[in-house]
Amino acid sequence: MHNKTIADLAKGLRSGEFSSLELTLAFINRIKQYSQLNCYITVTEELAVQAARAADDRLAAGNANLLTGIPIAQKDIFCTEGVKTSCGSRILDNFIAPYSATTVEKFTKSGAVMLGKLNMDEFAMGSSNETSYYGAVKNPWDMTAVPGGSSGGSAAAVAARLTAGATGTDTGGSIRQPAALCGVTGLKPTYGRVSRYGMIAYASSLDQGGPMARSAEDAAIMLQTMAGFDEKDSTSVDLPVPDYKQGLDNRIEGLKIGLPKEFFSEGLNSAVASTIETAVDEYRKLGAQITEISMPNLKLAIPAYYVIAPAECSANLSRFDGVRYGYRCQNPADLTDLYTRSRGEAFGREVKRRILIGTYALSAGYYDAYYIKAQKVRRLISEDFKNALTKVDVIMGPVTPTTAFGIGEKIGNPIEMYLSDFYTIAINLAGVPAMSIPAGFVNGKPVGLQIIGNYFAEDRLLNIAHQYQQVTDWHLQIPKGFE
Amino acid sequence: MNEQWETVIGLEIHTQLATKSKIFSGAATAYGAAPNTQACAVDLGLPGVLPVLNKEAVRMAVKFGMAIEAEIAPYSVFARKNYFYPDLPKGYQISQFELPIVGAGHLDIEIDGTSKRIGITRAHLEEDAGKSLHENFHGLTGIDLNRAGTPLLEIVSEPDMRSAKEAVAYMKKLHELVRYLGISDGNMQEGSFRCDANVSVRPKGQKQFGTRAEIKNINSFKFVEKAINYEIDRQIELIESGGKMIQETRLYDSVKDETRSMRSKEEANDYRYFPDPDLLPVVVNEEFKAQVKSTLPELPHARKQRFKQQYLLDEESAALLTSSRQLADYFEAVIKESGCEARLCANWVTGDLSAALNKAGLDIIDTPVSHERLAGLLVRIADNSISGKIAKQVFEEMWKNAATADEIIAAKGLRQISDTGAIETIIDKIIAENPDQVEQYRSGKDKVFGFFVGQVMKEMHGKANPGEVNKMLKAKLADSHLKTKG
Repeated sequence: MHNKTIADLAKGLRSGEFSSLELTLAFINRIKQYSQLNCYITVTEELAVQAARAADDRLAAGNANLLTGIPIAQKDIFCTEGVKTSCGSRILDNFIAPYSATTVEKFTKSGAVMLGKLNMDEFAMGSSNETSYYGAVKNPWDMTAVPGGSSGGSAAAVAARLTAGATGTDTGGSIRQPAALCGVTGLKPTYGRVSRYGMIAYASSLDQGGPMARSAEDAAIMLQTMAGFDEKDSTSVDLPVPDYKQGLDNRIEGLKIGLPKEFFSEGLNSAVASTIETAVDEYRKLGAQITEISMPNLKLAIPAYYVIAPAECSANLSRFDGVRYGYRCQNPADLTDLYTRSRGEAFGREVKRRILIGTYALSAGYYDAYYIKAQKVRRLISEDFKNALTKVDVIMGPVTPTTAFGIGEKIGNPIEMYLSDFYTIAINLAGVPAMSIPAGFVNGKPVGLQIIGNYFAEDRLLNIAHQYQQVTDWHLQIPKGFE
Repeated sequence: MNEQWETVIGLEIHTQLATKSKIFSGAATAYGAAPNTQACAVDLGLPGVLPVLNKEAVRMAVKFGMAIEAEIAPYSVFARKNYFYPDLPKGYQISQFELPIVGAGHLDIEIDGTSKRIGITRAHLEEDAGKSLHENFHGLTGIDLNRAGTPLLEIVSEPDMRSAKEAVAYMKKLHELVRYLGISDGNMQEGSFRCDANVSVRPKGQKQFGTRAEIKNINSFKFVEKAINYEIDRQIELIESGGKMIQETRLYDSVKDETRSMRSKEEANDYRYFPDPDLLPVVVNEEFKAQVKSTLPELPHARKQRFKQQYLLDEESAALLTSSRQLADYFEAVIKESGCEARLCANWVTGDLSAALNKAGLDIIDTPVSHERLAGLLVRIADNSISGKIAKQVFEEMWKNAATADEIIAAKGLRQISDTGAIETIIDKIIAENPDQVEQYRSGKDKVFGFFVGQVMKEMHGKANPGEVNKMLKAKLADSHLKTKG
């Protein structure tokens, strides 16, 4: 039953094929069995069993919804009341959140069963899951390869059937890139669609939570619960949430797909490129019209991102000072010592690097040259997307330039690591929604197809992804050894 | 004051806005609660929390902006001011930097009877920090975050003041205004109204400003005056003895009455301001402004002018009565309730009532004598039921208990006697008992008349209508004179 999608599990729970408790225990056993993947930072077995029993009661009483009794897991960036919330960092290793994130609360209310908290790059800063204080996560398709990041634990856990679905967050590709490298379906919603309250901030103007699952239909079910205005998050948008499942079966004949030529240039691995082309052909067969487009400012996305995101993170991470919660150094001599040693000992290299970059970019005398300039670039990139999306319905392209790279391969070279996020970063700067769906394999490792849509067009994206998944079975493949 | 030097002063005033909850969270703002009992997840800066702007704070800022005839920014932005301090939970303060909500405005002050306009550069919204407690922690420091997130309006003046006296006048005027508008309780002991003073000196006639020193966190009018005067003397002395001013931040020590260097410009923080991505820009549209405008009370200056015209009050009384909105409201309520002449009401409010309040250290809002009760007393003065002198006695009773003037007058039998028969009887008696004084009066000693009035009043326990007594006594004395002659 662990191979079933959320949609099928919901049917099984209703037909009496299995109970939520049985389902939950099956996943808990698998989590223990495959602990070498290092997907979970915390397994909340007791809470899960309690929640499963409550869900079974609710199913019996007939007031359940599609997520009631479904085991899911939360990226450890979401605060969970009474449960350790580490954000992949030593500085929060002892932090038990006293409240729950809006997203977590919504899942709890829907009756979903939380299995535990998923591993991630420290404070969501990384593209390989190697910056986690809790060690790297392994890719179930190749145990020597990275699962991607920062939502690497989420992607690997969904791929290895250690949960039916997972939450992720995406600041520069952190849902889509690991989804692509692990062969799962991931959706980064429009900025403002999902509440950020209780989601530990990395770069506030870019962070967005979203679902990671085994199919577009499952992603639709999860997003239905996650999306919506939250009065606790001023940047969440007060727009009605459509019924995401309802539109899945719409035909996509006549769909206009744009392929930015900047996405198919020299950086892209040729085998990945031809996999993407094959996937686009599949859409052509479904009646879509394909046109080449140009988005001239895309090349500026990485430098702009690496000013804006670090600038915001340098302030966002100031609260981790050893004063009120989290790690505090031993026997601080004075206030400065308390700050410098607590932060120095408990933050990892990548986090420190970005705090330093951001602090520098915001400093007097540099602010205009870096921060203001980057904001101007950001507007240009947004314009590129807006213009393109008046000519075409969606934009398609790769998610990553290559398939999953080896653990240890790029961690010593941050610039190379940053450049591998070229296809995902611009989307966050513009704020538009985008998905990664499984589109094939190169040497046994998954390749993801990226679908980018207009603001708040998540329903359209899910429909387009679902239609592809009706005629392909890439998303149904199971990594060897995890059947 | 030194003749060759001119002082230049600009003030930055932090006034705590009287909202019920904090500027970015739902926690209460009440003063004096046990440490950390009024700090929620947002105020503690827990991971993942987000600020949500309290609209009431925006309303109050706009109200202030309108009162100083300032431009209200249609679009203003919150920024993060980054620095580390234990009582600053997030490691940054949410403030406004490049785009404040209130732009340039002005406030008129009165100095020695002439009016002077002080420019206000801007006013912006921000959150307060918590408090570090250094006592009773055995060498450690305690942190109380109750105050963290309390809304502040920072009001920045132009460097338009030329003396400590002007600075104090401006500060008092501003203090009166924020209380008038009901946007701050202005309580200086509790830190609801505090001042940073930028002070510099320059040779008279020089256009360019001298190097300034900023004196931080002064929380009384008296200390502002003393700190500035000390600083002026220090700067002149320094420059005259060949020294050079450095731009620095100084602290005023009220015990030693001196300012001391805190940090120089070089040591100053680089706050790395940038727009807070957690908050949307504040949009103030015409509709919102119209709504706020409809709640704007009559402002002190306009009210004073009206009092002078409508109630024919002199400048001093009108100024006194409009010095606080509550006092002015009280005064007008007394007029309305009693229907008495404004002059009588003004005399009592600025006289006996104010004196009693001062003596008891109370504000008008805490007065034990409500406007209804005072009105009840004034009605009895106006209709001659009691004399002014008896009224003072009744007022003293009213101050001590909740009885109305009529109840007190009745209980103590203080009603004025205007019954001419009763008065006549007493007058006849006094005239009969004092033939010597009658003789003196007759021989032209008019002063003796006072003696007769006193005797009659004494006999009647002060309750006789003095006008009636005067009239009848004069007639009787003249009459008895005629009788003897005849």
